[in-house]
Amino acid sequence: MTPAEIRNEIIDILDDISPDEDLDNLKDDVAFREQLELDSMDFLDIVMELRKRHRVQIPEEDYGNLASMASTVAYLEPKMCDI
Amino acid sequence: MIAPSLASQLPDDQRIVITGIGLTAPNGNDWTTYREALLNGRSGVQPYEIRYFGKTLAGICNFEATRYQSKKDIRRGTRAGSVGVYTANEAVRHSGLDWDNVDKSRVGIYVGVTEHGNVETENEIFVIKGFDYDTSCWSHHHNPRTVANNPAGEIALNMGITGPHYTIGAACAAGNAGLIQGAQMLRLDECDVAIAGGTSESIHTFGIFASFNSQNALATHEDPTKASRPFDTNRNGIVVAEGGCLYVLERLSDAKARGADIIGELVGYAINTDATDFVLPNPERQAQCIELALKRAGLAADQIDIVSTHATGTSSGDSQECVALRQVFGACTSTRINNTKSFIGHAMGAAGSLELAGNLSSFRDRVVHATINVDELDPDCALPGLVLNQAQEVKQVDYILNNSFGMLGINSVVIIGRL
Repeated sequence: MTPAEIRNEIIDILDDISPDEDLDNLKDDVAFREQLELDSMDFLDIVMELRKRHRVQIPEEDYGNLASMASTVAYLEPKMCDI
Repeated sequence: MIAPSLASQLPDDQRIVITGIGLTAPNGNDWTTYREALLNGRSGVQPYEIRYFGKTLAGICNFEATRYQSKKDIRRGTRAGSVGVYTANEAVRHSGLDWDNVDKSRVGIYVGVTEHGNVETENEIFVIKGFDYDTSCWSHHHNPRTVANNPAGEIALNMGITGPHYTIGAACAAGNAGLIQGAQMLRLDECDVAIAGGTSESIHTFGIFASFNSQNALATHEDPTKASRPFDTNRNGIVVAEGGCLYVLERLSDAKARGADIIGELVGYAINTDATDFVLPNPERQAQCIELALKRAGLAADQIDIVSTHATGTSSGDSQECVALRQVFGACTSTRINNTKSFIGHAMGAAGSLELAGNLSSFRDRVVHATINVDELDPDCALPGLVLNQAQEVKQVDYILNNSFGMLGINSVVIIGRL
């Protein structure tokens, strides 16, 4: 997957997790939590969906990389480039 | 003039009244619409299909969950939670309470459930089956969804209620049991407002259909609206339904002080146990439960104007309840007997509270809704006073007795009086 495709996939996951949010104006460099009503269970949903959809495993110590869209895509790119 | 119950001798702060009703039933999402459906013979039973089990029939609710919940909360929670949130909000709105100024730490939530967690567990097993049973794909939402207090806890979260909340597991007697629990907590001064009754999400678990089917107790009929037919000779089982009905309960003193519209008073109740079988009813114990509720209310059987039966449409259950009813009410000449499951199916944990709500309107409209689908009355069920197929107008309704029985031999009875 390209970085753009990874971003689209994350948007799709966020749309499932947080269907009341408007994701069209999401700023990639701003933390998700500053723009969206996401709590720790929601971040676990992102981890779970990546595991289910793409068998991508994200260890707990790496969760900090999921803070924003930009950091998430950067973190996932090497894990998902061959998908 | 209403013949007084023993409850009328209690001080007002020990008398418990219903001041609000919120409900979703397969044939109505508010008290008025539901009543109209019952008076007009409108069933809520439809064709239904569920994984593994396949095609069957069910009572399905179509309430607007997003009226009170975000899509996110609906996704995160359970169907039982959504039913609870909808019905609790509706009940509070109906009660006319000044909710913004109600002390939420003095509100208690007491929700009867037949079962909880089966739906969510089946869903997760279905999901991980797609991953060769890899349990790392088992949702972190599973535990908060399946804890037994979930259907009550989601209400507390949604409405900012910080008083006690829990569910009462009481099989299909749970709707009455929730109501009873709420009344007891008010009398104990554990809360000032009780949101109490029952909920059911049971149509979303294939297991309940499969189990009733294996027990030869699941209804079938080419016309879904005729499948639920208690007391009919050709009844062949239960139609499983979802739904919920929660009441706002208050002390009479509080209700009077705020000028509330009082729907009825809980004048008597009883819960007892057969202690004889996992599933088969015991009419002797059922009769004892009814008589205990009457005794506590200080009422004679012939003072009951309407008996709302539990009968589910099974061969044994209906006739056994009729044995109990004949023992208690056999000599009564004015008592009417009806059955609401014939319209909505068996709403499990919500059955008792929904069936009561269907009848409470009779205090005001003086009509007793019928038991529908009785084309050929089973002689074993031929009780005097049965209201069959057509609603009946009556001169007055002062007392309604509501039966609700469940597996493992739990029996519950509540008696509501007109004020």
